[in-house]
Amino acid sequence: MKDSLRIIVPILLIGVVTLFLLSCSSKPVTTVTVDGSSTVYPITEAVAEEFQKENKGIRVTVGISGTGGGFKKFYGGEIDITGASRPMKKIEQEECAKNGIEFIELPVAYDGLAVVVNPQNDWCKSMTVAELKKLWAPEAQGKITKWSQIRAGWPDENIRLYGAGVDSGTYDYFTEAIVGKEHSSRGDFTASEDDNVLVQGIAGDKYALGFFGLAYYEENKDKLKLVAIDNGKGAVYPSLETVKNGTYQPLSRPLFVYVRKDALEKKPEVKAFVEFYLKHAGKLSKQVGYIPLPENVYALVEKRVANLKTGTVFSGSKVGVSIEQLLSK
Amino acid sequence: MKQHDNDDLTFISIDRKIEKAFIAIMAIAVTIPLVIMVMLLIDTFIDGSGRLNVDFLTSFPSRFAESAGILSPLVGSGILMVLTALFAVPVGIGAAVYLEEYAGKTRLSSFIEINISNLAGVPSIIYGLLGLGLFVRYMQLGRSLLAGALTLSLMALPMIIIASREAIRSVPRELREAAYALGADKWMTIKKIVLPMSLPGILTGIILSLARAIGETAPIITIGALTYVAFLPDSVMSPFTALPVQIFNWISRPQTEFHINAAAGIIVLLVVMLLMNSLAIILRYRLQRRIQ
Repeated sequence: MKDSLRIIVPILLIGVVTLFLLSCSSKPVTTVTVDGSSTVYPITEAVAEEFQKENKGIRVTVGISGTGGGFKKFYGGEIDITGASRPMKKIEQEECAKNGIEFIELPVAYDGLAVVVNPQNDWCKSMTVAELKKLWAPEAQGKITKWSQIRAGWPDENIRLYGAGVDSGTYDYFTEAIVGKEHSSRGDFTASEDDNVLVQGIAGDKYALGFFGLAYYEENKDKLKLVAIDNGKGAVYPSLETVKNGTYQPLSRPLFVYVRKDALEKKPEVKAFVEFYLKHAGKLSKQVGYIPLPENVYALVEKRVANLKTGTVFSGSKVGVSIEQLLSK
Repeated sequence: MKQHDNDDLTFISIDRKIEKAFIAIMAIAVTIPLVIMVMLLIDTFIDGSGRLNVDFLTSFPSRFAESAGILSPLVGSGILMVLTALFAVPVGIGAAVYLEEYAGKTRLSSFIEINISNLAGVPSIIYGLLGLGLFVRYMQLGRSLLAGALTLSLMALPMIIIASREAIRSVPRELREAAYALGADKWMTIKKIVLPMSLPGILTGIILSLARAIGETAPIITIGALTYVAFLPDSVMSPFTALPVQIFNWISRPQTEFHINAAAGIIVLLVVMLLMNSLAIILRYRLQRRIQ
């Protein structure tokens, strides 16, 4: 008798605890679910943090599935909002349409993509877009292997390339802007989803060249050297000013969040979160290392939300077209 | 004849030399991983110890590295571990007892045995994908603590079963026979003799496999652990985050202050795992003494 009690009591305890835990789940909580790009994540985290300070009853959860992974959950109807470091692709729009999900596209900040080399590299001060294309195009694989092949006079040494992982929005944007075709580049470079790995790689290799978000350069200025980009109008270094005023082209990109239209209409907490996001995105994006959009652009975006204007204006748009032009269409 | 003896002697001295060289090589082989591990640990402690304080343990994640904490990931990992134990332990011990005591040596049981051994070697991300398909999507549990714990239990199960079987097998045959001789039936023998005797081994297996489970990142990221969660879970259906996910996020941030947070998070995770391992050792020691 005593022994069977010894077995039954723990089982009962386990059952009670489980039931207790399960019963709590019926409590209604309003949650805003966000997922998507790891590049946009720091901004969304900052917004969520501030938003929850002011709105105690609303929970915001943010995941990192990457731009593509976020879109998958978005058109699967699993989340309200997704962050993206590139515009939604045609194929993703088709999936949304198939699942009856209408969305509103909101640019929230700028990010500059920096092309960087080792500080010991004293020859490469600027590169033209054509030179970058020559270096990164799929045809370059196995052929363009030495610095001297990019520009006469540069050393006859093997060049080692570092870049964002091929599943990232950053890679998609870089290839679109430089090679001219999204998701198409040579394959023989060191790719990593973790930009700090790229920073370390380039910092330890005199003949390296790589690209990643400007914030990673800003934090590692002593270990890296920026390359100015010449798009035909003179060489420009990426900086807060040159990204914001549109002179650092074509490697300035807007960052987005996409919101489901029905969530915006039916869930007041999503609407409140999105409005809060746009109101504070300028200040908060700067705090976490990105470049705010001009004030009038935030006003235009707020208007898009107010009018529930669906669809994308950025997808398929030419790299370098001003954001105001696109939004006022 | 004399010549022959000399040959033998030289052979022996060559053998001795080889043996010495072998020992030296083995010693180096032990030293290399130890040195690397100690260096990694020291590096992490130097980076992270400054950030370790009560605030770090009791604050939610934040965009300000200095005020960011690991409360929600720590609690998330803790609940995951408790739930995982709830699911994996009864099933694991049950399976081990069945396979050792009841199943016999049929084709089916050896088939199961091979499969369990193989499952113990399956990469954790595969369990993540299985969890995503089975628990999150098919059973509609969503990206919840429950789905995460079930996935981790699947991962922990093979190790628990194998460790428990080893422990059960090591119970001396004479003890069982003595129990039978006293008129105990099979169930009584298992309950009174086999399980108590093998408990230290079983517990060690359980705790080690749970310690491995809470350190895993891949499966819980796959089933959809979130990164920013600024509330504590209030039910098993709640969305969650866990220590490895938060550490991973901080490491990939550009700002060095976040890397320091990551180091501090690693220390917390290490301490949790060390505590679990020492618990395993203490339990083992005490129970073994009791048995003797």
